Amino acid sequence: MTKFDFPPSIKSRPVWGTLQARPGRHHLFVADAEGAQAILDVATPDLMAGSHIIYVPRGADHADALRALEPAQFHEGPSYAASVPRLRRALQDAKMGLQVYLAGTEGVMGQAMAEAVAAGIPHTAIQTEHRGSTARRMQCVHCKGITEDVETDPFVCAHCGLNLFVRDHYSRRLAAYQGVRVDAEDHGNVPEPRGIYE
Amino acid sequence: MTIQFRDETFRDDYTFRNSRWAIERFPFPFHEDSFMYSVNMEQHRGGPAGSVYEKRFDVDEHYVSEMRDRALVLAEDPLRCQSLPHMTLAGWDLLELIMVAKSEDYPDLFQLHRDGDRWRWVNRPLGIDDTFTFLDDTTLPHGPMEYITRQTQGDFCVLDQRDDNLWMDAGMVTTQADWSLDFDLGMNFFEWHAPVPKAHEMGIFQRALKFLLNIQQGAPARRLNWTMTVNPLLDTSPENYHRWGIQKTTLTPENIGRKQHLRVELQTFFRLPRSNALVFPIRCYLCSFEDLTTVSKWGRRLHRVVRDLPVELATYKGFVDNRPMMLDYLSQFDDGLPTSPGIWPDLETEPPLRMG
Amino acid sequence: MSGGEKIAVRVTEKTPLNDLVTRFRFEAVDGRPLPTFSGGAHTVVEMKDGDRNRLNPYSLMSDPFDRGSYTISVRRDDAGRGGSKFLHSAVDVGDEITISYPVNLFSLDLRARKHLMLAGGIGITPFLAQIKQLDRSHGHWELHYSVRTESLGSYVAELTAEHPNDVHVYYDDRGQRIDLDALLRGQPLGTHVYVCGPKGMIDWVHRTAEARGWPAEAVHSEEFLAPEPGKAFTVELTQAGKTVEVGETESLLEALERVGEDPPYLCRGGACGQCETAVVSADGTILHRDHWLTEEEKAAGAKIMPCVSRFEGTSLVLDR
Repeated sequence: MTKFDFPPSIKSRPVWGTLQARPGRHHLFVADAEGAQAILDVATPDLMAGSHIIYVPRGADHADALRALEPAQFHEGPSYAASVPRLRRALQDAKMGLQVYLAGTEGVMGQAMAEAVAAGIPHTAIQTEHRGSTARRMQCVHCKGITEDVETDPFVCAHCGLNLFVRDHYSRRLAAYQGVRVDAEDHGNVPEPRGIYE
Repeated sequence: MTIQFRDETFRDDYTFRNSRWAIERFPFPFHEDSFMYSVNMEQHRGGPAGSVYEKRFDVDEHYVSEMRDRALVLAEDPLRCQSLPHMTLAGWDLLELIMVAKSEDYPDLFQLHRDGDRWRWVNRPLGIDDTFTFLDDTTLPHGPMEYITRQTQGDFCVLDQRDDNLWMDAGMVTTQADWSLDFDLGMNFFEWHAPVPKAHEMGIFQRALKFLLNIQQGAPARRLNWTMTVNPLLDTSPENYHRWGIQKTTLTPENIGRKQHLRVELQTFFRLPRSNALVFPIRCYLCSFEDLTTVSKWGRRLHRVVRDLPVELATYKGFVDNRPMMLDYLSQFDDGLPTSPGIWPDLETEPPLRMG
Repeated sequence: MSGGEKIAVRVTEKTPLNDLVTRFRFEAVDGRPLPTFSGGAHTVVEMKDGDRNRLNPYSLMSDPFDRGSYTISVRRDDAGRGGSKFLHSAVDVGDEITISYPVNLFSLDLRARKHLMLAGGIGITPFLAQIKQLDRSHGHWELHYSVRTESLGSYVAELTAEHPNDVHVYYDDRGQRIDLDALLRGQPLGTHVYVCGPKGMIDWVHRTAEARGWPAEAVHSEEFLAPEPGKAFTVELTQAGKTVEVGETESLLEALERVGEDPPYLCRGGACGQCETAVVSADGTILHRDHWLTEEEKAAGAKIMPCVSRFEGTSLVLDR
């Protein structure tokens, strides 16, 4: 599967990379859906011997391929939210030198990064690779509600129901892009939704 | 002089007004007849007597009412004031900086009595008389940053300095030009400025960051920034934009002079001693077009700046749709005469408006 | 004013600690409280040595919250250009000198869950202030301190008496060495490591931490370079229209100041970047010695840091 080429943007928008094996005794992978492909690309027996993989398939069919890599620990979670306690537990008694690798959708990478940063790893030391859906995790700046997997601009806030336009301004702390009322200066004048990258 | 504090509002019925004194000391931000971004930093070590630059933290006739407006904002949305855990020491630094500066600069309004770490703070305009232990969070009703910035005009960004960057890790932000502290908290200098057009390409932020990283203790700096606001609304936050945005459409040729305000930020920068953090106070001054144009030099110049501003900047500053109406109004104050250099009103030397 | 705000102080104590190190206490001449500072800050001490103005940076080692006085510890460098020897021999109690406001290029990362401090020799001084700061805020820290011999172990007795569980001392002459591998392997997430000491030690810590997968942002170091003597050279200044002879024991920055130029500076030790100067042309070799310019910039030869770097060749022209 080819990787999506994100258009150039502003400096708060995250830039996703390509996973590379780094020195270290312990390696923690968090991935969802097509993110498994990025792990498959970087995996070596040596790397896997010190690796813990937390994978959320979200309907994708890569769990067995990841298991076959024989990582030291493997967990298939039913959802990202359900995997968070395990992720926190893994970070809780990790040592400096732990390498963190995130792969898949922006929403899951962003949330897992926020966990790793809160545990004391600088965000610049965390590796990422985007795979799969380009849908965004959006925060409504007005009601603060999060709407997951947003594919169109504008979209309707799942909480307060306002029509929001999709900004590229991104908060690592909230793991979300900002959504702002699109018709604030002309109530009811809402443009036809289009794909974010159309 | 003794300041007569006004009893006024910055919402609903908008009873905010500037006295003649406040108009003539307004920090007009344009030093020439055009505007483009620049780093435009200078030392913050006083200024002409009576000007907004004279004191480290300017107190004016709007003080009491601005603090009442801030309390209303915080009651509705406490996320406007946040401090990440490692920023508490910087909060104490800020509390000390403001208490010392205000008690020295306005001894009739503020007093600070220090006996070792036992401090007594008297704020006469707000009727506060509190005794607490310096650096002991348990002896104040709020965190140190929130406590003192509930008593000081202007927004406050408290920036951690590390890895050759500045990080927006604490702040009190209730009078902002349409940006969200809650969203930007934890961002670095380039990230929180990301939505600003043009300036990145011009290298403005690279140069500004280099300057700010090197601000030293005892050597604060300042600059001006500006935007436009319809109605004297302090809380132009993204959080409430779905409510106030529509006010931009209420301008008419008849009310624009009273309703349209130039919004100027006096931004200052102080190195904080114990935390090595940088505090970035952003003080907002509002002045209606009607009042501004009573100063003939400012009337002429404002027309020319608004007329010639690149469209990206008028869009970013949120007034591109209203610009034609603004220009219709302002053109009556521009008789084509040259203006003197610099920001000062030059009331004695600039010629009065030559009526068409 | 190029070095920032300054303070007139009087030397109120001069205490030899051992064969190499002497401690100085300063109090403000006007009797007012000194500025507080953050642990890791330094001050630039100005010394009038005849017609020569010596300016050397020293870490502040006193309690950052104590506004009554500052203390520094100065290691005598017999091979250096004489600043430390001058302080040891010619500055006495009662003398008035000028120091800069505190400047911090080695501050604690206050987000750290734990601060792991590694000191070598006189590199102990910034940690003394940081430890006092962290004690006040109940911070989590641990110090590993390597000294040559017991008699040269400045402040070992005080540190081990006050913090018996947090201070670990290693004596070179007994063959003791910090087990850096084991130390770095066991640290919890959120630990920051700080190192101050000889260049070899700093490089060793950075190298080892990187090899063990530590993020660069979690490894902090401070090394002030003393300007090294070298061959005399001539420099031409295009803006000032001057030609300056830089003497064997003089730095380029000092030579610029001697002829009335005023380049900005904060550290005078190759770390802060303030005195960076553009090179118009150079027929010869720039001897880059700073920590500021990148390797690429050094190779390009378009910039020089006059505080510590020198030149060998036939002509050097600077945009200053």
